[in-house]
This record gives sequence, structure tokens and C-alpha cells, in this order.
Amino acid sequence: MHPPPFELLLGAHRARLHRYLVVLVGPTDAADCLQEASLSALAAYPPADTDHLSAWLFTIAHRKGLDVHRRRARQRRLVATAAHDGHATLPDVELWDAVARLPDKQRAAVTLRYAADLPYAEIATVLDVSEDAARQNVRAGLRGLRRAITDTDALTKEPSR
Amino acid sequence: MTTDTELGSRLARGARAAARAAGTPDALDVARAERRGLVDIAYVRYDAPIGRLLLAATEHGLVRIAFGDEPDDDVLEHLAATISPRIVASARRLDGARRTFDRYFAGRGDLDALAVDLQLALGFDRTVLDTLRAQVPLGATITYAGLADRAGSPRAARAVGNAMAKNPVPLVVPCHRVVPSAGGVGSYGGGPHIKAQLLALEGAALQLA
Repeated sequence: MHPPPFELLLGAHRARLHRYLVVLVGPTDAADCLQEASLSALAAYPPADTDHLSAWLFTIAHRKGLDVHRRRARQRRLVATAAHDGHATLPDVELWDAVARLPDKQRAAVTLRYAADLPYAEIATVLDVSEDAARQNVRAGLRGLRRAITDTDALTKEPSR
Repeated sequence: MTTDTELGSRLARGARAAARAAGTPDALDVARAERRGLVDIAYVRYDAPIGRLLLAATEHGLVRIAFGDEPDDDVLEHLAATISPRIVASARRLDGARRTFDRYFAGRGDLDALAVDLQLALGFDRTVLDTLRAQVPLGATITYAGLADRAGSPRAARAVGNAMAKNPVPLVVPCHRVVPSAGGVGSYGGGPHIKAQLLALEGAALQLA
């Protein structure tokens, strides 16, 4: 397969990449991340394997997102405040709080699956794991989320009695 | 108990809402991409009096001009397959070209100063296009046989016709100035009516059959 014009490739995946990054790093950093990811992708375009371009783009975006997480962790250690985490601005805060607390791989797997609509095969490529492992991470992530929101539901219902 | 599906759609809804709230992200920072030398082909759509054109340029000059009847995606796919897929929408690189076209369509100048990249034309086609651009200025016309002669192959009028049909940069390499010796305007990529319109714009004397 010939690699398509970069502009058309990016255009086809831009909205989903943005959605993924908004959930991963919050709206402000998402715009920067998308810009950095787009430039990095253009610089490396076309990759040797042109059959999985969607997964390739998400891999680049995912790494940019992890950079932001690492940078924040460093900053947090310096100023000792749990600053602007993106999920605080999302509706359904308790759910996204729980997403933010998931282990890295599970958080990435769950958001790639449900925020970015990626099939398991592509999630596997992005996370560099087998397809089975991708499924397991999504399943484990959902289990963790369910436990977290059930706990909060229980907590919030308690006082009304 | 929340099922996986319910939880999944709750996440999907939330992500969509969050992305909507974040607004449309900026387009690719083309200035930065160009500074880093990442853009092999830049393109822009240009609204001309003869219809919408797609202008595409490498760092050397205009490499492709397409009329509105060719789907943009097809043109870009072809460029990706033949030159490079590092193709980005960018008005920047084509600003000068657009201003030159503005003047041209207003009847206030020619397109001779525009840089072209004729890498898509090979062999005899290339010779014919070079000859045409160098020797047939605005206001003039030439016949297919006449151009064949100028290109050094007097009997190659038909091959000249083929070269015109494949001209990657119409207007700038002025294939609209090449007309049949029998009279009339002859065929044209964008349609004969556009050829007539261009020749009228250029004030060329038309011998209508």
C-alpha cells in the first residue's frame, strides 16, 4: 500500500487523537501534545510498515502523553502540589478520577479502547504488548473502575440514610 | 452493578464531551514543519475566475496545478505515490503564487516569474513544456505542429498534443496557448471553454473555426 498524503492521514485520525490526548493529559496539554505528535509523525513519515498507520500515529501520541505525565510527576515532586490534572475538568469527575488512578497500562488501554475507539490489535501495537494482553488490560482497567465508582457511590449514599 | 458495556459507553461519552469542551485543536504548525524541512509538498486551494484550482509546490516551485474537476484527494494521492507522501496543506509556500495568479486573472501580469518544478514531465514531454514556457509568451499562440518544430521534432505534432494533455502545471506552462492549425481552440484539460476564456483574457487573436 502506498502511504497516503500526510495531510489526509492526519485529517482522518485527528479528532480521535485529540480525544485520546484530552483524556490522557487534559485539554490544555492535549493541544500541545497533538502538535508535537503531528510534527514528530511528519518527520518520521512514512514509516517502514504502512499497513498500520493508525496504530503508528497513536503510538507517537501516546509517547508524547507519557512525556507530559513524567514532566508533571517531576514538577509535583518539586512544588508538592497535585496541580492541574486534566481529568478534573471532565464531566463525570468521579469516573475520570478513577481512570487517573489506574495503573499506567490499564489507563492507557481503557482510554485507547473507549476514548479513541481503537481495536484491540491497535491497542496492542501502541502498548507494545500482545492482543491478549491488551484485552486483559482493558478488562482489568474496567474492573478497577467499577470497584472505584461503586465505593464512591456507597460513600455518597451513606449520609442520606 | 455496572456492566462493561455501560462503563465503556460512559467513558466514550465523557471523552467526547471533554474533547468538545476543549475545542478544535490548532492545525499542524506548518511554519515549524517547513523550518525543519519536513514538508516535501505544500498545497492550497485557489479560487480563480475559471473555477477552483489546487496548487501544489515542492521547495523548487509549482509541481502540480489541478482544475476543479479532478478530486483533490486523487491529485494528492498521485503526488504521494510519485514524489513524496510528506504533503501538507499550507498557504505559506504558495502565497507568492497566489498573488501572481491574482494579478494574472485581473489582466495585470503574466505568470513567467513563477518557479516551476517539472519533475513529473520526462523526456520529450519535458522538452516540449520547457520550449513552450520559454518561447510562447502571454498574448501569443502557437499550433501543435509549430511547437513540435520549435522543440526540434517537426513531425511530432501528435506527441506534442500528448505532452500538453499530461502537462502537470497548466496555466504556468501555457498549454492553453497551443491551438490546432485548423482553427478553434482545441481540447483542454479543464475543458475547451476554459481555454477560450484564458485566451480571451490574454487578448490573443482567436481564429474561431
